Amino acid sequence: MIPLIQARELLVKRGSTQILRDVDFQIAPREIVTVVGPNGSGKSTLLKALIGAVPIAQGKVTRKTGLRLGYVPQSLQIDPSLPMTVGRFLNLPRKSPRAERDLALAEAGAEDLADRQLTDLSGGQFQRALLARALLNRPELLLLDEPTTGLDQPGQAAFYRRIETVREQLGCAVLMVSHDLHVVMSASDRVICVNGHICCEGHPEVVAQAKEYRALFGSGTGGALALYRHQHSHDHDDSCDHAHGEQT
Amino acid sequence: MLDHFLVRAVLGAVGVAFAAAPLGVFVVWRRMAYFGDATAHAAILGVALALAASVPVFAGTLLVSLGMAFAVAGLTKRGVGADMVLGVASHAALAFGLVAVTLVEGPRLDLQAYLFGDILAVGKTDLALIWGGAILVWILMVWRWQAMLLATLSPDLAYASSVDPEREKQVLMLALALVVAVAIKIVGALLIGALLIIPAAAARPFARTPEQMVIGAVGLGVCAALLGLWGAWEFDTPAGPSIVCAAAVIFAISTIFGRKSHS
Repeated sequence: MIPLIQARELLVKRGSTQILRDVDFQIAPREIVTVVGPNGSGKSTLLKALIGAVPIAQGKVTRKTGLRLGYVPQSLQIDPSLPMTVGRFLNLPRKSPRAERDLALAEAGAEDLADRQLTDLSGGQFQRALLARALLNRPELLLLDEPTTGLDQPGQAAFYRRIETVREQLGCAVLMVSHDLHVVMSASDRVICVNGHICCEGHPEVVAQAKEYRALFGSGTGGALALYRHQHSHDHDDSCDHAHGEQT
Repeated sequence: MLDHFLVRAVLGAVGVAFAAAPLGVFVVWRRMAYFGDATAHAAILGVALALAASVPVFAGTLLVSLGMAFAVAGLTKRGVGADMVLGVASHAALAFGLVAVTLVEGPRLDLQAYLFGDILAVGKTDLALIWGGAILVWILMVWRWQAMLLATLSPDLAYASSVDPEREKQVLMLALALVVAVAIKIVGALLIGALLIIPAAAARPFARTPEQMVIGAVGLGVCAALLGLWGAWEFDTPAGPSIVCAAAVIFAISTIFGRKSHS
């Protein structure tokens, strides 16, 4: 099967410091891959290298021709002087038909946010607005960079469930950076553990047992993994943002 | 009609307000206020070089402002503290410019004209340059509008959508240098920054989209230009500073009303 995106012997530097080295990576259609690793390990940099947002010192990134990708960044600092509704945001950089915007908003659970200002949104609402924009072009590959930063636990669980639903509907591959280990492990086909290079990768259960992984995260995550599996059957409604007293 | 100096002054001021608006909003959104000042101050040096080399002042200010914009952008990108670099560049450009102009022209030169503008001396050629420049700025901004907005919002989102934010930044700097070259005759190098920022800031409370903010900035900028000119005529005050005063008053009113309409 032709991979959607492929990196060969990637080297990324910031100044003279190596951020990532010897990275070989590929993702197949419909695959769910999660990148884990400690802070500053180069997880986000890997995603940015794949979308072309950081210069590559060595190696090569190849995309399937005409690959449609959707990217959800970790966070956005929006200057309060910039007026921007969610609906207008979805029209960047290309204007989309109203019906397509409404569909993407609905899929992301942001249907009631179209007329709201980006700067007025809560953390959860903002993530859904970003997700809606990423879904607009019907991506074959969805890239998510720690998409639940700043959300509380029910909010995180709801967001991840939404990603699962989206993937089922669109049939897209998902590449996700996360440090919510317990949340991530259960849903992924493959986990990549990064710390300046790829320490280990494979099926979640295999990676959780790998000594490289345990050296980074300790062995306590096995229990957390089991815990999350139970949580998975819980029913949290998406309106969890109400807990903060906000209108959704 | 163009033979009357007041008509030319009005057309010149309106042209500059028109050119400054689409750039002013980006200067505000991207927090480039100091960057705009540094570029504008460099224009004085451009005047001196143009006079020394006997080339049109417009060309001199355009080139030196552009050079300044790219030099400062290059330095700040290399990780040198942006605020520090801009502080050094902005004041150094102004000081070197003032010294150079005096060396070239001798002490009899009327420095005020370059620092605060000389709107009542606007000729037909100046008008042609101002409106030609303004139209060019609008063509650039309309052409790159969507990409520039996305790059301003998030460089990473821009890359993911195959928009190169560095390129958009360069287009923005080119447009900025154009506005500086266009505006120096009207408001002078010291107050160009004010003309960029104040109308945009005054339009902010009433805008829900970026486009509304630009339209508001055009409207309020033109109002400020007309009010300022009227004030300058009525009270016999310098035109450039009077226009900026009018803009500041409009900003104050807009801020008060904007607050009220929100609460």
